[in-house]
Amino acid sequence: MTIIETRQPGTVAASTSGFDVERVRRDFPILARTVHDGLPLVYLDSAATSQKPLAVLDAERAYYERHNANVHRGIHVLAEEATALYEQARDKIAAFVGATDRREIVFTKNSSEALNLVAYAMSNAVSGGAEAARFRLGPGDEVVITEMEHHSNLVPWQMLCARTGATLRWIGLTEDGRLDVAHLDEIITERAKVVSFVHQSNILGTVNPVEKIVARAREVGALTVLDGSQSVPHMPIDVVELGVDFLAFTGHKMCGPTGIGVLWGRRELLEVMPPFLGGGEMIEVVTMEASTYAAPPHRFEAGTPMISQAVGLGAAVDYLTGLGMDAIAAHEHEVTAYAIDALSAVPGLRIIGPPTAQDRGGAISFVLRDSDDRPLHPHDVGQILDEQGIAVRVGHHCARPVCLRYGVPATTRASFHLYSTTAEVDALVEGLDQVRRFFLR
Amino acid sequence: MKLDSMYQEIILDHYRNPHHRGLRDPFDAEVHHVNPTCGDEVTLRVRVADGVVADVSYESEGCSISQASASVMADLVIGKSVAAALELEREFLALMQSRGTQEGDEDVLEDAVAFSGVSKYPARVKCALLSWMAWKDATAQATGAVQAAVPEQEK
Repeated sequence: MTIIETRQPGTVAASTSGFDVERVRRDFPILARTVHDGLPLVYLDSAATSQKPLAVLDAERAYYERHNANVHRGIHVLAEEATALYEQARDKIAAFVGATDRREIVFTKNSSEALNLVAYAMSNAVSGGAEAARFRLGPGDEVVITEMEHHSNLVPWQMLCARTGATLRWIGLTEDGRLDVAHLDEIITERAKVVSFVHQSNILGTVNPVEKIVARAREVGALTVLDGSQSVPHMPIDVVELGVDFLAFTGHKMCGPTGIGVLWGRRELLEVMPPFLGGGEMIEVVTMEASTYAAPPHRFEAGTPMISQAVGLGAAVDYLTGLGMDAIAAHEHEVTAYAIDALSAVPGLRIIGPPTAQDRGGAISFVLRDSDDRPLHPHDVGQILDEQGIAVRVGHHCARPVCLRYGVPATTRASFHLYSTTAEVDALVEGLDQVRRFFLR
Repeated sequence: MKLDSMYQEIILDHYRNPHHRGLRDPFDAEVHHVNPTCGDEVTLRVRVADGVVADVSYESEGCSISQASASVMADLVIGKSVAAALELEREFLALMQSRGTQEGDEDVLEDAVAFSGVSKYPARVKCALLSWMAWKDATAQATGAVQAAVPEQEK
């Protein structure tokens, strides 16, 4: 199978942005490897995790080779260098998302922890002082999410409701994979204390209308939390423009290492938000009876943090910024539009999610039927694609309610990143043809 | 394609035409098992009479491997004593955990030896085992219920 060579003329190479995807691919050593005895790797699983450029690998290695020490507690050279590198990473990430204050960046281990941090801080507010009242909730109060949340932005809120007696409500979905915002005012009411929703769906690819939801949440005085796991890696993000109160995202989906995520929060909110995890680093004064807490962000960073991972994420942000998030978004939009057209032409294939590239990112879920119109299970689809060197994700993508909503047990998902090409889309389409033929026999 | 070792014709036959499918009465226990990572689900009923697996019926949703495995499993255990069927389950489990190093004894496992190729794919082993685990669970409940019921009847 020729994969890289089958690029269609006039697609990626002709990108008006000047984005050179072949040059970008050379920065990612793993993309040159082969699988299954010599097949080129076609990596279409970036929504699960992105691959890492050399710049990130080099930064982590250099950190350990030259600067490794614990942060914020030593007075020796290495400790000072490590602390400076860790805090520089915070500066880079603050700039990357348009934060006006570096203290608004809290390092977590991933998006899940960032979202749990807010949810647990809210239940810890029960024992907090008057300034924590904003975060307190109980019976009669409501938490609003959407039906397209990843389990990481669903389960923590279910748990918060169970702990506090608050009620969970959600914005439903339309047939074509969009949020049903027609009845927003009936779902987000004066009872809502927090509205937490995904910016770009990991399963449907939908990019949600942040402005509309934030406007309604503000009207009723609810806090807003945005899950940016699938948006921050793929488009320019400015937290001030978004207007939300909190933004969660994870490093490993944006070319950074695993084990590092971020909670951005408005400074005036972080100042009064109770802590989640207790321990070293997050304290001010400790006695045997009680403790007072450090100012943000350290209040929310108990224990030795993920130092090399933060440095690696800082390098990832430099890398992405160097290429330009506008150019990356434009490139991915091109690949996504091409893929939607190409996949729509595959017999028996149904896209689960918006059928156009409008307000949509590069995660495309679909189900496939064989020529007798029987559904092919995504596991079987994924297995036979893998045999051809094509890596996709199959299953419910940690968004089982979405599968229930569209009446499918699971989907196959192809997802793109800055290094994805239309030639890889062609390989996928050809691979799906093989899948249908395999089960035909 | 190397996959032929996983998708043996016998597996595809059972997948296309599953045996014993559809929930039936009477039954002594019903269980619902899921594979949370991939969304495969099975609802399975077991009828045990006089220490024999009198019937197994199921409704399931999932990949070809999990569907075929349920069909093969029901074929194998129906009519066997509970003890013999549990021995088959142990044999099949050992085969699936063999990472492709065993072929399985066809005299004992019959069509189930076709799954030996699946054992090379760690991500798929759980698909092949889903219905067996459900059956084992249901049978434990059914025999527990039968044993518990006996003294009641003797009173």
